[in-house]
Amino acid sequence: MMMMIKTENLCKSFGTVKVLKDVNLEVKKGEVVTIIGPSGAGKSTLLRSINQLETITSGKIFIEDELLSHIENGKEVSGITKDEHTRILTKTGMVFQSFNLFPHKTVLENVMLAPINVQKKDPGTVKKIAIDLIERVGLGEKLDSYPANLSGGQQQRVAIARALAMQPDIMLFDEPTSALDIELVGEVLNVIKELANEGMTMVIVTHEMKFAREVSDRIVFMYDGGIYEDGSPDQLFTNPQKERTQQFLQSIVG
Amino acid sequence: MSIFLALGKMSKITVIRKLCEAYVFFFRGTPLLMQLYFIWFGLPMISPVFTIQSQFFAAWLAFSLNSAAYCTEIIRAALESIPKGQYEAAKALGLSYGQTMRLIIIPQSIRQLIPPIGNEFIMVLKDASIVSIIALSDLTKVTRSIQSSTSSSMVYIPAMIIYLIITAIFTYIFKRLEIRHSRY
Repeated sequence: MMMMIKTENLCKSFGTVKVLKDVNLEVKKGEVVTIIGPSGAGKSTLLRSINQLETITSGKIFIEDELLSHIENGKEVSGITKDEHTRILTKTGMVFQSFNLFPHKTVLENVMLAPINVQKKDPGTVKKIAIDLIERVGLGEKLDSYPANLSGGQQQRVAIARALAMQPDIMLFDEPTSALDIELVGEVLNVIKELANEGMTMVIVTHEMKFAREVSDRIVFMYDGGIYEDGSPDQLFTNPQKERTQQFLQSIVG
Repeated sequence: MSIFLALGKMSKITVIRKLCEAYVFFFRGTPLLMQLYFIWFGLPMISPVFTIQSQFFAAWLAFSLNSAAYCTEIIRAALESIPKGQYEAAKALGLSYGQTMRLIIIPQSIRQLIPPIGNEFIMVLKDASIVSIIALSDLTKVTRSIQSSTSSSMVYIPAMIIYLIITAIFTYIFKRLEIRHSRY
């Protein structure tokens, strides 16, 4: 069976600090996997490593069974070309905690930029897709606004549309609501839920436990640089098997 | 030229970075006057091949090389002021380094660049008065010769007014540029 994402013995160190220790993660097609855990557990680093924003120290990353990166002792040994690498990498779309929209471009330009410049698609076609996506995230009126004139929740929805415009098979969300005011969290989570219902494969790092439980097919609890417990939302939230998971969930419920 | 030097100074490749650093160190660390002397009088002595025919070209060369060193630092500061998230978003979307710079980073840094570059431009404008040492005429030199032939010190006042007018024109232009680039 094809795995959308597969990591093999992923290790990452910042200097002498080991942040990821032999992480093996597999994500199936259409699966929504949420990564939870205490801060410093390596959740974001894992997500950022999959998307090549962090260079791992050793390990292999596969996207849809194609090797994206194989690193040994900090050196890339897969030998794949830059174009190949970009092609495989752009099967994943990334949404950041801090939105990272391009402030000098309008909403529409933000969404259109990558398909035109990276995938070399025809601007006319891209524009149609982009407008459609922006309307889907509920911002059809804001096509020509600049990011500075949008609320945080609106910016994050544009960022989701921007990632979707590349027509990725997998979406990665790195704490998509952590930078938002409480009243704006819902609108972003709703967009993510809708994507989940449409069958998009997703990996989400979040602190929104209620949301994680609702939307996920599987919860991965990370602790101290490794996957500590892995199970269905019901199992993990109501009947965690391991002590650290229990402690973490208790601390969150307060 | 400065854009490439600035990118070079931010390069991960040590050789390129060191070369660019050396360039800035040299041209910023020695007086412009001496650089001009060297280009006009020194180079032809090393080899006649380097003889520069026109004084204007020699002056232009010295000012360009010197000013490039200062502009490099201005541009580097502006490029480095762009948040890391912009690079990450570009990378996650599959943009190459060249595309990231051209489409994302450089357009955003232009607004921050305008005031210090305007400053540098006006400095060069006034520094141009040192070209008189290689027998090239400029406003300062002409003023000086009028002063010595008429022995009237009053001639400096209109000359300074001319400098102020030129500077005012450029200040206005840079101000317009700044307004144009601060729309978003």
